[in-house]
Amino acid sequence: MLDDADRHLLRLLQADPTLAAPDLAARAGLTPGRVARRLDRLRAEGIVQGQEAVIGWRALGFEVAVSLRITLDKTQPRAFDEFLAAARGVPEVIEIQTFLGRVDVRLSLVARDLRHYQEIYRDRILTLPHLADIEALMTVATVKSDEALPL
Amino acid sequence: MIVLDAIDRALLRALVAEADRPASVLGRMLGLSQPATWRRIRRLEAAGVIAGRRLRLDAARLGLGVTVFLGVKLAAKGRASLEDFERAVTSIREVQTVEHVLGLYDYRLRVVARDLADFERVLRRRIMTLPGVGTLEANVLLSEERLPGPI
Repeated sequence: MLDDADRHLLRLLQADPTLAAPDLAARAGLTPGRVARRLDRLRAEGIVQGQEAVIGWRALGFEVAVSLRITLDKTQPRAFDEFLAAARGVPEVIEIQTFLGRVDVRLSLVARDLRHYQEIYRDRILTLPHLADIEALMTVATVKSDEALPL
Repeated sequence: MIVLDAIDRALLRALVAEADRPASVLGRMLGLSQPATWRRIRRLEAAGVIAGRRLRLDAARLGLGVTVFLGVKLAAKGRASLEDFERAVTSIREVQTVEHVLGLYDYRLRVVARDLADFERVLRRRIMTLPGVGTLEANVLLSEERLPGPI
């Protein structure tokens, strides 16, 4: 079970995962040794799984971000597995999510510009297996993206 | 625009998979010295290719078992209503991401909650009371995978 000090540490690390151990200890009001022990425990329990770099696709020339909401033909028993395996093979796809609701699967993809997006859409997306319906949402602006959990 | 060589790409993929390895460890993987690895990471950060770092937490182990994506259509549009909505929605703790989109909806929100009953509470008390909210569509997340993308 987490106590208040654990939650405080996680909130600090969520806000800045690069915080060095001494800074983290000073802000948490704990000794560096205590912080290290708590973090070791949180990792051992699988609560902290690590950290990942977030790519700025614009800086690499990928100006377009599109979210494709997809409904599959569920009369095919292997529709989900075959669709997901094929979608993983599209290099521009950066996220795959499955849902319970009106939408079955959502793919996030990046493209250099609208012409590039059109090419990917025609050649790689519309050819994916078991597609029944597809709707595109184009990202205009990301208003909040820290993905911080309310702890 | 920054041009990446094969080593930069391998380094980026390694950082997306696991960002908290020391430069010396990454360097050994890539056949680089520790200072050369460090200089490449700095260059990627300065160019915005590494936009930030994200702590990877197991939400379910932290008692947040449900993630829902909400499509939100605003009832009244206009500059003032967008700003009011954005200001209010970003301050909700359970709302992890907010994207302004073009298409079927105006905004796409990622919301975490303890369970479906807790989600219903957040939806009724916090989200449906936001300024300008029109129609909503909810899809409950079943699975999620992130892919390295075109690097």
